[in-house]
Amino acid sequence: MGLLSDPNRRRALISLLTRLNSPICVVCYMAGVAWFMGLAFEPFTLRTYMSENAMGSTMVEERFPAGERALTTGREFSAHKKKAGGMPVDWLVKTMQARGLEVFTQRFSRKLPFPDENKERYMVKGTNVYGILRAPRAPRTEALVLSAPCTPGDSNNQAVGLLLGLAQYFRNQIYWAKDIIFLVNEHDLIGMQACITFSPDSCRGGSIQAALSLELSSDVITSMDLVLEGLNGQLPNLDLANLFYAFCQKIGVLCTIQGKLQRNDWDSVSGYSHSVQTMMLMVMKQASGRPWGDHGLFLRYHIEAASIKGINSFRQYKTDVTTIGRLLEGMYRKLNNLLERLHQSYFFYLMPSLSHFVSIGYYMPAFGLLAVILLLRALDLWVQLATPPPRTEDGITDKEQVSSPGVLSVLTPLVISHLTGVALYTLPIQFQEMAVEQFPVSETEAVVLTAIGVYTAGLALPHNTHRLLSGEGTEQGWRVLKLVAVLYLAVLLGCTALINFSLGFILALTLVPVAAFVTPHVPKVLSAFILVILSPACTLLFSVFFFQELQELPVSFQEGWLLYLSVISQGILDHFLYGSLVYPLIALLVYPCWLLFWNILFWK
Amino acid sequence: FNKTLKLLMLNQWLTVRCVLIPRLKSPGVKRRFRIYSSALLVLQWLTNKDYKGGERFLVKMAAPLTLLVILSVTIRAVLYRSSLAEVISERVEVVSPLTAWKRVVEGLALLDLGVSPYSGDVFHETPLIIYLFHFVVDYAEITFMLADVITAVALYMAVMDYNKQVFRKQKYALEADRYPLDCLELIRSPKEMYYIPLKVAMFYLLNPFTILSCVAKSTCGLNNAVIALFILTTIKGNVLLSAIFLSLATYQSIYPLTLCAPALLYLMQRQFIPVNFRRVSFWWFIAQYAFMYLGSLFVIVGLSFFLLGSWDYVPSVYGFILSVPDLTPNIGLFWYFFAEMFEHFRLFFLCVFQINVFFYTIPLSIKLKEHPVFLIFMQLAVISIFKSYPTVGDIALYMAFLPVWSHLHRFLRNIFLVSCVLLACSALFPVLWHLWIYAGSANSNFYYAITLLFNVAQILLVSDYFYAFLRREHHLSYGLYLKRKDGSEATLVLK
Repeated sequence: MGLLSDPNRRRALISLLTRLNSPICVVCYMAGVAWFMGLAFEPFTLRTYMSENAMGSTMVEERFPAGERALTTGREFSAHKKKAGGMPVDWLVKTMQARGLEVFTQRFSRKLPFPDENKERYMVKGTNVYGILRAPRAPRTEALVLSAPCTPGDSNNQAVGLLLGLAQYFRNQIYWAKDIIFLVNEHDLIGMQACITFSPDSCRGGSIQAALSLELSSDVITSMDLVLEGLNGQLPNLDLANLFYAFCQKIGVLCTIQGKLQRNDWDSVSGYSHSVQTMMLMVMKQASGRPWGDHGLFLRYHIEAASIKGINSFRQYKTDVTTIGRLLEGMYRKLNNLLERLHQSYFFYLMPSLSHFVSIGYYMPAFGLLAVILLLRALDLWVQLATPPPRTEDGITDKEQVSSPGVLSVLTPLVISHLTGVALYTLPIQFQEMAVEQFPVSETEAVVLTAIGVYTAGLALPHNTHRLLSGEGTEQGWRVLKLVAVLYLAVLLGCTALINFSLGFILALTLVPVAAFVTPHVPKVLSAFILVILSPACTLLFSVFFFQELQELPVSFQEGWLLYLSVISQGILDHFLYGSLVYPLIALLVYPCWLLFWNILFWK
Repeated sequence: FNKTLKLLMLNQWLTVRCVLIPRLKSPGVKRRFRIYSSALLVLQWLTNKDYKGGERFLVKMAAPLTLLVILSVTIRAVLYRSSLAEVISERVEVVSPLTAWKRVVEGLALLDLGVSPYSGDVFHETPLIIYLFHFVVDYAEITFMLADVITAVALYMAVMDYNKQVFRKQKYALEADRYPLDCLELIRSPKEMYYIPLKVAMFYLLNPFTILSCVAKSTCGLNNAVIALFILTTIKGNVLLSAIFLSLATYQSIYPLTLCAPALLYLMQRQFIPVNFRRVSFWWFIAQYAFMYLGSLFVIVGLSFFLLGSWDYVPSVYGFILSVPDLTPNIGLFWYFFAEMFEHFRLFFLCVFQINVFFYTIPLSIKLKEHPVFLIFMQLAVISIFKSYPTVGDIALYMAFLPVWSHLHRFLRNIFLVSCVLLACSALFPVLWHLWIYAGSANSNFYYAITLLFNVAQILLVSDYFYAFLRREHHLSYGLYLKRKDGSEATLVLK
């Protein structure tokens, strides 16, 4: 409190902060980036450990024997799938009933706002089939879910086969304390969402404690990949990842995260860059806000879930389906032991490798260092605004200069840029039909191109209209506007980083420099170029290329551009189908905020 | 004619401030200036007096106010029609168990069924409110909008009257030569005071907190209207109405009881009754006011009893406010603390927490004896910070007074920090709520941390204004540029 009440110390501190504002900002930015890069360095990270008592200490024995039979079932399923030309509902119901499960089917249909060109669907109709294994000695209050998607073509047959095999084996065991729901869902996430939202009591079992989604497309695999990122960058409790890792270690299955094997040479440059790559992949996936596996929607309902993918590469060492079955058996038995929901371990983390993690306390400072730049800038502006202009000799102050800038000159850009944001949010969907009639494009292209068109049009609009409405802008005027914009950005990024750290950090990385340096007095052309380069749309474009680079699938510019367009359409679809927040966040808040800075640059 | 006169006057005032003051070095000019300025002030006062005619008021000031009212009503009407209204009415920051509209509807349903609305521990509003909505439930939206407008207009008129008095007092002090010379820049000009009432109305009607509260149909808006009417009648000097509205406000939510101290101080000041414990007139006035207050309270309470035919409402409303059984998270300080605490400490800490609201009345009344309206502001802030179920609507009421103290801005020290924190916290409330309740990844500690920060910022804001007010008063009696004994520049420290 001394700092708050002692005027001399305050004055000293404030003068220090305003005098050294720019160097401090640069140092903070560097430190933020360095801190973030340091997160992947193994000595700075923590080893994962099991926090949940109920899953840690108890021993379970895995005895699942029927891998071969599961493969046969899988082949049978594949044959029936081909015959039915989709989900073989009748066969699945019969097979599940033969294994002693309570079977339910659920039909669903959904019309997408515009055709999804990646998955070639528009009017979606499908059926989910799920069988419930009732716990023999427990009330039906809690449940676990094992799901396998029924995808068109030849993939994932083995997953359904293994699911049915496990169902048969689990049925004969007596130790289940929770219902187990075996779910075969059609049309991946759309089916999943229909299943979750269908009945309030969650698929007619008890309340679901945990869910795993299995993807398996070959008879033998080399490694298992764990996918954690769910809708809006939500992650399951870290204990679920720990559980998977622990059993992979125990059974001797190679396990990966982001498709990257763990390496032991953390002290070498290549080892470090490997873990940076792994972490960056996680950051990119999380920032995208879309579910990266079928489990993604469970997380929204407070259910810990992950996807497990079998990967078959060219390695010598292979794992058969029996082993995978054992792995799953072990995991489900441990989950069965849970006394309460998974909550002991972290919910906010990044994983540079499967055995190491960075918790929120370690990664937040990286964001904090970037955010503090905004606050320093705001303080600087505040001091500039608060100190009265130097008096002339006879003490007459220029009244015009002292008078605070009109509310209009600040309010107008704010309102206009937000209206542009609203246009960006609504127009692409509204105008798709009209665009299709007028131009030779498909619906999806129409939506994406309208979005890009509105985005670009927004650059031209605000700084012209504001001048018309409120006349000449004053020196004080842009300062006030910038103060508002900087504080707005700080609050916006802070909230984003709390919900989805990766998204907040990437946006901060590009927007904070913009917010820090823009004034009307910097060279116009160069700054405008930099501003455009660092705008949210260009950030997305670079992220697409960077993501491909990280996955070691570099693309040419042409392909990258097409990918970029499809990413935008997927983002919009994710919002309208599953309620992903990234598109509205960018369109309604981040983009208008960026427009404010654009406005300041062209302040007249 | 009046308009031209006013313009002329403003012009002169500016000339005085900008041209004459620097030349004040010579004593002859000093005297001349004083005569000049007092003449100017008398002129000002005379024209001000002219405003008292209701017609002038309606013509001159009503236009912007009407525009403001229309704008704010439009905003509210649009929000009522949008899908946001439902989301907002579920927010714990906006509605408390006391003020939630959902509970009022439940109470009405019970009343219609012939059951006591207080059975079932859902409804905690007073009987008068439920009977009010018994008749106007179909026009609930209009009622809430009307309540907001009444609050704003009442505050507007109250502040206008108050400003006139401040100005008159300043004039007398200037005439009596009571201000040190270097304090001329502290003297308030009619130009800057002219728009304050309008700003007050704007701060209330366009404050997002008020809008949220109104759209959620939180009955907090009605309580605010009663308190605003109380303030208006007090400032107008109407003792009876003041007592009646105070008793209504107390009846609604107990805590406004503490406002009786500033009301008494103000009314006594207005009637030139000295605040002196040995004087009979002092006690006689207090007795009069207490009689009116208690009498109307008795009537209201009796009326409630006869409306419902039972005393059910007393434990259900006042017991509920005082013993805090509902620990739904809100922006206050109670819920987390009482959720964590062992049961056998509960009574003790209840007393400690509740006494906070009432405790500050005495020291503040002593310190701000001469400035009852500022005391009202402080009391409202203290109530909204320390009451058991605060909502953003309570905060909006005392924030409406901030423009009245706009002349204190040069003495505020933490306003930047405080406004940043308040802004950030307001944005973080829904985010952390989402993370806690929906995503399940955060927990109650996160939310409470923000609550705590929010309240600390409010306390800082209020104490900052308190400090600034005292400091200005100090400067007005001892001069603006204080010197230490050794001649160096002195600084004032609040202790």
